[in-house]
Formats: sequence, structure tokens, C-alpha cells
Amino acid sequence: MKIKRILSMLMAAFMVASLAACGGSPAPSSTEPAPSPSTPASTDPAPEAPTDGGSITLWTYPIGNWGQEAEVKKLTDAFTAETGIEVKVEYLAYADGDDKVNAAITGNNAPDLVMEGPERLVANWGANGHMVDLKDMLDDTDKKEIQASVLASCTAPDGAVYEYPLVMTAHCMAVNLDAFKEAGADQYLNLETRTWTTDDFLKAVDALYAKYGSTVGAVFCKGQGGDQGTRVLVNNLYGGTFTDAAHTKYTWDDEKNIQALAKLKEINGIDFDASLEGGDEIKLFYQGILKMAFCWNIAQQLNPNTANTGEGLTQSGEEIAFMSFPSQDGTAKLNGGIWGFGVFDNGDATRIENAKKFIKYMADSAHTVEAVKTANYFPVRSAAEGTDLTGIWADNKTMNDYQILMPFLGDYYQVTKGWAGARTAWWNMLQDVGEGQDIATVVAAGAAEANAAAAG
Amino acid sequence: MTNANTLRSRELMMREARTAYLFLLPCLIFFVGFVVFPMFICIFYSLTNANMNAKAATEFIGLLNFQNLLTDKTFLEALRNTFVIVIVSVPAVCAFSLWVSSAIYKLSGPVLSAFRCIFYLPVVTGSVAVTVVWKWMYDNYTGILNFVLKGSGLIEKNINWLGDSKYALWCIILILFTTSVGQPIVLYVSALGNVDATQIEAAKVDGATDFQVFWNVKWPQMMPTTLYILVITTINSFQCFALIQLLTSGGSGTNTVMYYIYYTAFKLTEQLGHFGYANAMGVVLAIFIGILSAVQFKLAAEK
Amino acid sequence: MNKSELQRKGAYGIFSLVVLVILAFLFMFPLYWIVTGAFKIAKEYNSVTPVWFPSVFTLDNFARLFARRTAPLWELAVPFSAMFSPDKTPVMLSVGPTVPAAIRWLLNTVFMAVMAMVLTCITASMAGYALAKKRFPGRALLFSLIVCAMALPKQVILIPLIKEISAMGLWDNIWAVIFPTVGWPFGVFLMKQFSEGIPGEILEAARIDGATEWRTFTTIVVDLVKPGIGALAIFTFINSWNDYFLQLIMLGSGSNYTISLGIATLQAETSIDVGILMAGATLAAIPIIAIFLAFQKYFTQGITMGAVKG
Repeated sequence: MKIKRILSMLMAAFMVASLAACGGSPAPSSTEPAPSPSTPASTDPAPEAPTDGGSITLWTYPIGNWGQEAEVKKLTDAFTAETGIEVKVEYLAYADGDDKVNAAITGNNAPDLVMEGPERLVANWGANGHMVDLKDMLDDTDKKEIQASVLASCTAPDGAVYEYPLVMTAHCMAVNLDAFKEAGADQYLNLETRTWTTDDFLKAVDALYAKYGSTVGAVFCKGQGGDQGTRVLVNNLYGGTFTDAAHTKYTWDDEKNIQALAKLKEINGIDFDASLEGGDEIKLFYQGILKMAFCWNIAQQLNPNTANTGEGLTQSGEEIAFMSFPSQDGTAKLNGGIWGFGVFDNGDATRIENAKKFIKYMADSAHTVEAVKTANYFPVRSAAEGTDLTGIWADNKTMNDYQILMPFLGDYYQVTKGWAGARTAWWNMLQDVGEGQDIATVVAAGAAEANAAAAG
Repeated sequence: MTNANTLRSRELMMREARTAYLFLLPCLIFFVGFVVFPMFICIFYSLTNANMNAKAATEFIGLLNFQNLLTDKTFLEALRNTFVIVIVSVPAVCAFSLWVSSAIYKLSGPVLSAFRCIFYLPVVTGSVAVTVVWKWMYDNYTGILNFVLKGSGLIEKNINWLGDSKYALWCIILILFTTSVGQPIVLYVSALGNVDATQIEAAKVDGATDFQVFWNVKWPQMMPTTLYILVITTINSFQCFALIQLLTSGGSGTNTVMYYIYYTAFKLTEQLGHFGYANAMGVVLAIFIGILSAVQFKLAAEK
Repeated sequence: MNKSELQRKGAYGIFSLVVLVILAFLFMFPLYWIVTGAFKIAKEYNSVTPVWFPSVFTLDNFARLFARRTAPLWELAVPFSAMFSPDKTPVMLSVGPTVPAAIRWLLNTVFMAVMAMVLTCITASMAGYALAKKRFPGRALLFSLIVCAMALPKQVILIPLIKEISAMGLWDNIWAVIFPTVGWPFGVFLMKQFSEGIPGEILEAARIDGATEWRTFTTIVVDLVKPGIGALAIFTFINSWNDYFLQLIMLGSGSNYTISLGIATLQAETSIDVGILMAGATLAAIPIIAIFLAFQKYFTQGITMGAVKG
């Protein structure tokens, strides 16, 4: 009887609540105690800049501190104060962010703005007609200020610009310098140029394995998180390529890559690990278990493992040195990262306009300095509306040191057609190699699958 | 006279049917709206090359998706794994919970309920929360499993539990197992407590062994409980999506049809007709499950 | 019964008890690890060798969890207003103060589980009664449909369901998770099994007394199938609390997440910060365990009688 009474009370309470709780998708995220309600359906929509400037939604991947609510809120609050446009931000993770966006697209619920790289914005969602062409936002000054190669990556083959770029970096690897010294492997590192050869790398792994007797570096392949690390490692070891220069097909079934995979499989100290993604690898490296990390970049160097325990230090205080990837002649082709904003075409002109205002504010105005600094990467342009951006990291030694890697930046091949399918084939192939299957066979099968995705 | 009677009874029948439909209505709105109707759409999609990207027009392609499924190695492996999970975990859960219950049901009140609660804990903790711990327990480098096994000298080299296709599926099944036995144990404990004591005494007087008492007296009386447990455990076993998505992302030989559908729908968005293909998988899975449920129900009905 | 048999039994009894105690510790371990982990300092939860018990208790993990994401405590919108407002934003009646998102997630989860439970119990007990005690055309067909759909995983209808829910304007709304849960026909099956145990004479007597069908149902039937409703309530509550998949595909914005989805998202974002994960998992586990302990009697009672009768 008692349970019945409790149940009926609960029911009554929730029925009352439920009457009102319906609805509630995009809501203002501001802290204002009483947000002005948007105009009810009956009144005139009034498209020309109403007093409350409407609202937009931004979904962002964790690009430096663009994944931290506290940091992003500073930027969006300033934007709202200036324009009256509310910004509702959702934070995506690399592990399942794509699934979320795709699920939203399926039901026509895509956000107004998304922040990520050209491989998604241009090659995937853009190429499939979900994005708005931002060409009209680029005047001649912008085209001069933005690095030509970056702008090219953000432009679809038909000339439409689906991403307005903000920041860029080169992905690199990192070594635990203290562990290298202890194992006598630091002789193979050139800390002046931050480069090393394939031979040096293999000798260093041998030395580390001799010292520690366990896995010192992991070819992680659980999923797509941080997969650029494994791609660049394999490609550079003996000079293989991932795609052709024209970005029309995947070429990772070439001999050199097979040779590299065979070498990595064979050598003691390097393990193929299907239980790890890039983030897991970084954690193990930070804990001092792995002695090198293949998923690294400047943002990690500044704040390893996002743990706030000191720049360039592991958990126990060992020194981390960033390095280029090893290659036969020491000059590796690094993989770049480009991040910026894209606008989803939800068929609402006002929202698209507001989204463009947001992009203009963040990526091409005096406020770009903060937007770039929040990302912990380098600006893609020399200046924005008269504000010089070249020196914004001048006071930061690590950022300055890191510039040495930027000339190694290779081709931004992630815009090749069928990219999402290809990277899936890549990590599945690594898993197969790790399980001891015949390398030439699985590489051929994987590349064929990738090329099928490219053709599709 | 007879005419009037049949008229009357027909009217009664119609009234009964009308009442029945009214009673069914609220349930049918939800059942038809959110299960049956989507299922029909799913069947329809499975015959097309529907795609997430609006540009590609949807075309009717007959049974092509199903043909492709037959030769899709990933799908066949996922189908096999799905059935391995169900076929292993359902009997294991039943047997284990029966053993635990028969060991504890005679214990004194507080001890009994303590045991019951403890075995129920993983159920209420929730699968997402427990994966946080299991992920660490299975960890290749810092996990407790390798730590204990290596410390006790049982293994020499760390085992990559979730990264090795020899172990990964079994690791998932183990978690599923711990989050499934709670309810069956509770059920069996009370079923055992409700077995007619006089029949047991009578059997013992007749010189029956413990096993015979169990098999001839207790087991038949617990049949309804067992069937209920079979049904809910089967339902549970098909709910292993969270474990797979969060722990292995379908890698290391742990792919299941449930995960592969999600994966095809939202990760392989560049594959032509991927929505149609995902729906075709759904239809195949639904057919298998329909048969399984029908068989289970037949068993229940015979009882 | 001779002495040697007694001894044998005793030895077996002790053996099985020992095994049981060991198993009990293993079953408690994940929860123990979550809760203690939530209070450990970074050095301990990141330690390579397990630290069994926190040396100092810190609330730092919770502080980080709470600071990480924020959300309004509640958002009450005019139903379906999003479909009619000019910029597709729902008209808000009232928005609560900004709080740590995890608190909002808990509220969402409780709301979802309770609503799913209540609606399921109402609809399923009505339908179960009709299926068991009434004759009507289409009965056999409906029942076979229900049996076949009972174990169906929701992944099967993933795409049509998303499209349908979106078309109804319910995507990214807690009701998008509740409705499909209520539609799942296991409850009808269970309540039909229970309702079959209702003696026909009682219903007949009620009819002769002139009770309406509805009155018969609310006064007599509900009372007789109460154990079944209890079993179903528990089953639905726990299932909907744990049904991570529906939540994953239906909820898009952080303020509408459930606690399971919130923790899973944390795990995807920062598998590296174990402390925050443990704090989140603790927050997810503790309320439902508290509910479980408080209602323990009903949990075990309800299910029991249900199974014996069903």
C-alpha cells in the first residue's frame, strides 16, 4: 500500500512537470537568470537584427582548449556581448563525435556551426552537400593573409570553401628524454634539429628494450583517435606514401609501407595494440610506461595529458622532448592539422548569417588572437583585419622552438575522397597486422577497401 | 429464438472486442508508433540504397543488400559473435545463479539478503559506470588483472585482454555475466524457498538422493521461474552495445551485429547505400531474434 | 542419514561458502574501486601499481567534474514550441540557475526512468489484462508480434526511429528516450502472464454487480496483478536507467544528457583523467544504489512473486 501511495505521488509530481518539460532542444547557455524568451510563434519573425540577436549552436571537437567549457565560454560571452547572438556550445569527442554529427544530420538536426578540420568539413560533409559555401566571406586581403596551402585544403574541387580556417599545426612524436638517457639512447636524437633517421630510431628502440624489457612504443589501433601518428610513422620509416599527389586514390599498399609495417611488427619494444587509441597512448606515455608517443603535437607539449602538471613533463617529472618522425634521410614529411569553422546548411538564412558573423568574429577580427591562443596552435594567417598575428606566440619559448618542425609539414592528404572509410580500413588493417596475419595480404585488402570508399 | 440469441451473443462479443481495443489503445500507440512502424520502415529501407547524404537519390534495389550481407565477412563474424554471446551467457547466467541460490537460500535472513544485494550491485551500478572500472582492470599495461596474474607468476608476459582477439570477446562476456546474474539469483532464491516442503520430505522418505530430489521435485516447480529468467537474460544479452562501444569499439573480434549496424549507419557514411545496408542487417537480426523468441515461447507454452 | 554423509555435506557447504565469499568480494570490487577512486589524488589513480585505498580523501575530482560542464538546472519549454517558433528554438517557460551539468544529468535520468516506468506500468497492465481476459479479432496476431518483438535490440530500428523522432520534433529531448522504452512490449507480455492468473469468477461477479469495465480493472484487476506491476516497474526502471544506446542516439546537447551518457561522453573526451571518470561513475552509481537499498524489500518481493506465478 505504501509503495502505491509513493508511486501515485511521484506520478502526480511528474505529470505536472512533464506538461512543461516537452521541448527544450537548443536553449540559451548564458548565465543570465531570466533569459529573454524568443519571440512566440504568433508574432512577426522580424529577420532584420532584432534586439536579441537570435541564437546559434556550435559543436566543437576538442581542439586545444576549444574543448574546455570554461575557456570557450570566455570567447562566446564576449561575442554575445558584442552582437547579441546567443551561442550554445556542445563539446564533441573524437571517439564518437562523428557519429553524433551524423546522427544529427540523419534527422535534420545538424548544428549551425561545427569546428574541425577539412577532412570532415570539406571532404565529407561539404562534399555531400551539407555545408554552406563560405566563399563570399573571403575578400582579396583574406586570400593574401591566409596561407595558400591551407586555403587550398579548405576548398572543395569545385571551388566552394566549406571551412574557414583558424589554426594549424604539425603533428609530431615525443620521447621521454630521461628514459632515453638512462638507456643510452639519447645519442640517436638530434635535439638541435629535432630529427632522426630510421636507423637511429631502430637503434634507440633496441637500446630502450634492452634496458626496460617491455613495450616502449605502441602502434595503437583501437580506433581513429590520433591515427595520424601511426600513418606518419609507417609512411616515413622507408618513404612510403598514403595517397597519390592528386588526392584521387590511396597508395598505402606500396612496398615501402609493407616493409615499414614488417619492421615495426618484428622489432622488440614496439607492439601493435588494438586496445589503445591516441589518447590512451598519450596517457601511458605520460605515466612513464611507454617511452615514446606517436600521437603528439604542440598542445600536448605545452600541457602533457591535459593534466596541468607542468609543460613538457611526465607525471613523475621526466622531461619530454618533441621530435620529428624518423625517416631514412632524417627529413620526414609530417602530417598537418588544420582546424576552422564550417556552417551547416539548415535552410534558415538568419541562422546562417549569424553563424557567419561568429566566424568573422573568431577567425578574422581583432579577437582572432584569443581564438587562436585558446586552441594552443599556430594561426593560419599573417594578419586579421589589421591585427598582426605573426608574433602572438613570441613570448612562448616552446611555441617558438616548435616552429622548427613546421617546414617539414607535408601534403594535407586527408581531403582525399572516401577519407572516413579509408581511415577505418587503416586501423582495421593495423589490428590484422598485430594479430600476425600476412602483412602484404592485409595491406592490399585494406588499401582496396579504402579505394572502394574513394570511388564510392 | 436462436436468431435472437446469436444476435445477442454477437453484440456481446462486439462489446467485449470494443472494450479490449480500448484497453489496448494506450499501449498500441507506443508499441505501433515506436516499434512496429519503424520496423516496417526498416524493412522498406533494407530493400533500397538509402543514404545519409541527401544528394544520392534512394533507389529500390531488391534483395541486393541481403546478397551482399551473405558475403560480408565482417557481418558474418559479427553475427557469429552475437550468437556466441547469447549462447554462452544465457546458460552460464542460469546455471551460475541456480548454484549461488541453492547455496545461499537456506542461510539466515541478514546473510542471505547481504549476498543477494552484493550480486545485485553490478546490475544497479549500470553498464556505463562499470565499464570505467573494467577498462582499467583489463588494461594491458597498468591493469589489475595483469598485475595480479604476473605477481602470482601465472603469466610471464602481460596479456592484452581487450586488444587480443583470443580474449576480448570473453572479457566482454564476463562483464555481461556479472551485470546479469543479480536478478536471476533473487528469483531463484525465492523460487527455492517456495518449493513444497512436504514433497521433498516424501521423496527423501522414498530414499531419493539429493540430486534426485532436486531433479524430480525442485526443478519442475521452478520451471516458470527458469523460463522467466531465460527471457530476461536473453533480452539482457542483446543489450551489450555499451560494453562493446566503450571498451573495444568492435575491434579485436568483438564486433556484434548490434554494433555493426550503428557503425555502418554513422561511421561508414561514405559507403554507398549504407543506411539501406544497415537496415538489412537489422532485418536479418530481427528474423533470428523472432525465431529465438518464438522457440522460447513455445517452450513456455508447453509448460 | 549417517555421519559420513553429514561430514561430506559439511565439507561441501564450507567449500561453497568460501567460494561464495570470494565471489562476493569480486562482485563488490568494481563499485569499491569506483567509489574509492573518486576520492584519490592524481598520483594514486594514475599509479602503475594499484593503490588499494586513498591515503587522503580529496574532493578535487568532483570539483573538476563539476567545473567541466555546466547546464541550467531545469528548462521547461512550451511543448512542441520548437516546431513553430521562427528560429526553431523552443519557447522557454522557465530556466533554472546554472549548475554543474552532472546534477542536471541526474535529474534528467531520474525523470526519464520514472516516467518510463509509470507509463509502461499503466499501458502494459491495461493491455496485458485485455490480452489475457478478452476475446477479440487479431488477438493471436498481436500476441505473436509482441513475443517476437520482445527481445529485439533497438539497434535494429535505429535509423527509422531517429527519423521518426526527429520528424516529431522530439530529437534531443528526454521524451525521445522515454517513448520508445514504453513501446517495448516486454511489459505487455509479463502483464498478460500475470493477468491470466485472475480467476474468471471474480470478474464475472463484478460484472453482475454492475461494475463498469474500467472500475473492474482499477479496483479488482490492478489489485490482483500488483506483484506483476511491481516486477515490471523494477525491470523498466533499471532497464531505462541503463539503456545507454537510446540515450546515445537521441540526445544531442549536453544539458539533456542522462548520467550514463554523460559519463560515457567524459570517457570519450578524457580517457586520460581517471579521477574525473571515477567521480562521474560514483555519481551515476550511488543514487540508484541508494534507491535499490531503500526499496530492497520491494525489489526482491516483486520479482519473486512475479516469477512464481508467471
